[in-house]
Amino acid sequence: MTLSSADFAAIWLTLKLASLTTVILLLIGTPIALWLAHTRSRLRGPIGAIVALPLVLPPTVIGFYLLLAMGPHGYVGQFTQAIGLGTLTFSFAGLVIGSVIYSMPFVVQPLQNAFTAIGPRPLEVAATLRANPWDTFFSVVLPLARPGFITAAILGFAHTVGEFGVVLMIGGNIPEKTRVVSVQIYDHVEALEYAQAHWLAGAMLVFSFLVLLALYSSRKSQASWS
Amino acid sequence: MTSQINVRLQLSYPGFDLDLDLQLPGKGVTALYGHSGSGKTTCLRCIAGLERAGQAFVQINDEVWQDSQSNLFVPVHKRALGYIFQEASLFPHLSVLANLEFGLRRIARNERRVDLAHATELLGITHLLQRTPNNLSGGERQRVGLARALLTSPKLLLMDEPLAALDSQRKREILPYLQRLHAELDIPVLYVSHSQDEVARLADHMVLLSEGKALASGPIGETLARLDLPLARDDDAGVVIEGRVAAYDAHYNLLTLRLPGSTQHLRVAHGPLAVGQTLRLKVQARDISLSLDPSEHSSILNSLQATVISETGADNQAHVLVRLDVDGCAMLARITRYSRDQLNLHPGQNLWIQVKSVAVLV
Amino acid sequence: MNVRVRSFTPGALAALIGCLAVTGVQADEVQVAVAANFTAPIQAIASEFEKDTGHKLIAAYGATGQFYTQIKNGAPFEVFLAADDSTPEKLEKEGDIVPGSRFTYAIGTLALWSAKDGYVDDAGKVLEKNQFKHLSIANPKAAPYGLAATQVLAKLGLTDKVKDKIVEGQNITQAYQFVSTGNAELGFVALSQIFKDGKVSHGSAWIIPETMHDPIKQDAVILKKGENNPAAKALTEYLKGPKAEAIIKSYGYQL
Repeated sequence: MTLSSADFAAIWLTLKLASLTTVILLLIGTPIALWLAHTRSRLRGPIGAIVALPLVLPPTVIGFYLLLAMGPHGYVGQFTQAIGLGTLTFSFAGLVIGSVIYSMPFVVQPLQNAFTAIGPRPLEVAATLRANPWDTFFSVVLPLARPGFITAAILGFAHTVGEFGVVLMIGGNIPEKTRVVSVQIYDHVEALEYAQAHWLAGAMLVFSFLVLLALYSSRKSQASWS
Repeated sequence: MTSQINVRLQLSYPGFDLDLDLQLPGKGVTALYGHSGSGKTTCLRCIAGLERAGQAFVQINDEVWQDSQSNLFVPVHKRALGYIFQEASLFPHLSVLANLEFGLRRIARNERRVDLAHATELLGITHLLQRTPNNLSGGERQRVGLARALLTSPKLLLMDEPLAALDSQRKREILPYLQRLHAELDIPVLYVSHSQDEVARLADHMVLLSEGKALASGPIGETLARLDLPLARDDDAGVVIEGRVAAYDAHYNLLTLRLPGSTQHLRVAHGPLAVGQTLRLKVQARDISLSLDPSEHSSILNSLQATVISETGADNQAHVLVRLDVDGCAMLARITRYSRDQLNLHPGQNLWIQVKSVAVLV
Repeated sequence: MNVRVRSFTPGALAALIGCLAVTGVQADEVQVAVAANFTAPIQAIASEFEKDTGHKLIAAYGATGQFYTQIKNGAPFEVFLAADDSTPEKLEKEGDIVPGSRFTYAIGTLALWSAKDGYVDDAGKVLEKNQFKHLSIANPKAAPYGLAATQVLAKLGLTDKVKDKIVEGQNITQAYQFVSTGNAELGFVALSQIFKDGKVSHGSAWIIPETMHDPIKQDAVILKKGENNPAAKALTEYLKGPKAEAIIKSYGYQL
């Protein structure tokens, strides 16, 4: 017994979801992390707490609120309907949104730590050397925060791969659209198809281990670099 | 005055107010001198635009960088300034060369007035170009930082205690470079320091800051010689004099220096220098004694005619500080109150001063 | 050391329970695994049961497949009220239940339901019109209501037509959630989820005739762990009695 085509479809979908989520999170997580690392605003505490919420909330809570918010009566749903997108539940786009929210702290926090560690001084130095803020970001902040970006990308990707509760709540288990690996495993277990569940679950286990191995190995080499 | 730096700043932090209105010369080195917490660094950061003062006017020669009345605030990266931080703050991910080129590449070709070869030669870092900042000593890093700033061809150089993070040996290593810089490049420098020694060596003009206010601002010689400033109560109070080489005695290895505007001379032990060259000297108040007649039979080399201008109590009950005039050149002497009464000192009195030691600063 | 303590404790507990039974004190507890769709009825039954017998019923609610896995791995349940008949049958074959204790305690009724009034007609024509975007069903591989729903669609000849519109809940509870939140316009749910006091409480529904799918038999068993617990036996007997039957029927189940 090996993996079925449905299993491969689930794996492919999962990789697609995790990649897209990671890219989006790096794009929107970077400005949030920069702001959190440098602001003196009073909103720093509340915004930081909101970003960190998915760390402590059960995924089903996020999934439940997303189900309500993205549904036809929710604010998000009414907005997406008004602009002609329909509702986002049971769609790949909906999963991406859910994953972005769910994995947000895993991307923002390593970035924020990296930016905090860099501190304001290199940014000031760059400014006195005629670099405008964008220039400074790309020529100073980005290279100095590279280890943070690597950690953020790995954690964001891996955490999205492991996501289950949110997908379960808003996905609708549609093959090739919302049926990701973790849900497929759950299906197999529910249907008492233990052999297939083993194959997929084993693959997840190996994948997760390799990801963390890569992460911890790279951390060690970074430590010796700095 | 055609070339001038005008700075007006008003800024309030909890427990600290900065309120300055400074007109500074548009050339040479101006020292912002004061104890920590006096507002020197904040002042420098405001001029650079790294900090934004609520009420501010910053004009560097013909350029206005900030004018809160017309809501003008030129962002830091558009101000033609070089900023030297206490620590060199080199970019650790770039080589020395790439650090130097960082600012250089961001300057239009036709605005470059300092080239790479000149800057690296001036600061003695040509052999370091391929290194990474981690492999440099503290002094080397600070010199690279300085070269990096110079390569942006700044119209103003801001230095925030560039030597403070270095040990005294590194300080001695880097000071000559700063002095060369001063001599070779025509860039006005604002130099923040809490070291009288650095100020005496480098500055032409000085601003004395205390608790966010300027107590004094003027040429270094005049300001150091003022009795009404807390400077006079420092242990190493004294004056700075620019002497011009009049002769060199090779046999005794002595230079004869003429005091500015005077026919009197000071003799100092020093290697040969060409006649006409100037030399900066520091004469400390505690190294001067007063006498009512010229003492011809003494081991003390220098005996000058002077006039008493005024006096003030020194840092303790036993001493007084006397300000004297030597043909228009101010001198300070620290003597005991007892001696003052014995000599019956009074303003306008003519007497002789004996200079026990002279420090050559350049 | 750990192992010895563990193996010792249940024995001691059983001995204690045995003592209590002999001395005639009837305040026993029974641990029950209950299929999620039977949540409301068992709560109503429990209070009657506790009042009438003095036993205490401790219920856990969840998916039948999961309960199976947990039971096979040593979960402390004594009575199992499943959502189907195949899982209890499997447990019976595998020797995990008290022989002869299996019986059908309720037969589920399937309903096509929408949270919107007037959306679902009482003959299911809405399915053929096919003007909805999402049709919610329970996972047919795991949930009997889901399997029944696919049988109904097959019978109507609509399997391929609605294939792309089906969204699956992992269980019948989630299938209901998708519809109740409006994310799916309609879906196949358990009548018990929308039935109160003998009628559909809100929205619109078509109660599917039982001829259109295999009966959704929900079987109960006493598990090996409950073998010596009189409260377990008492509960299964109570479920067969007239009081429980009335309650079960009032939630839209049949018997």
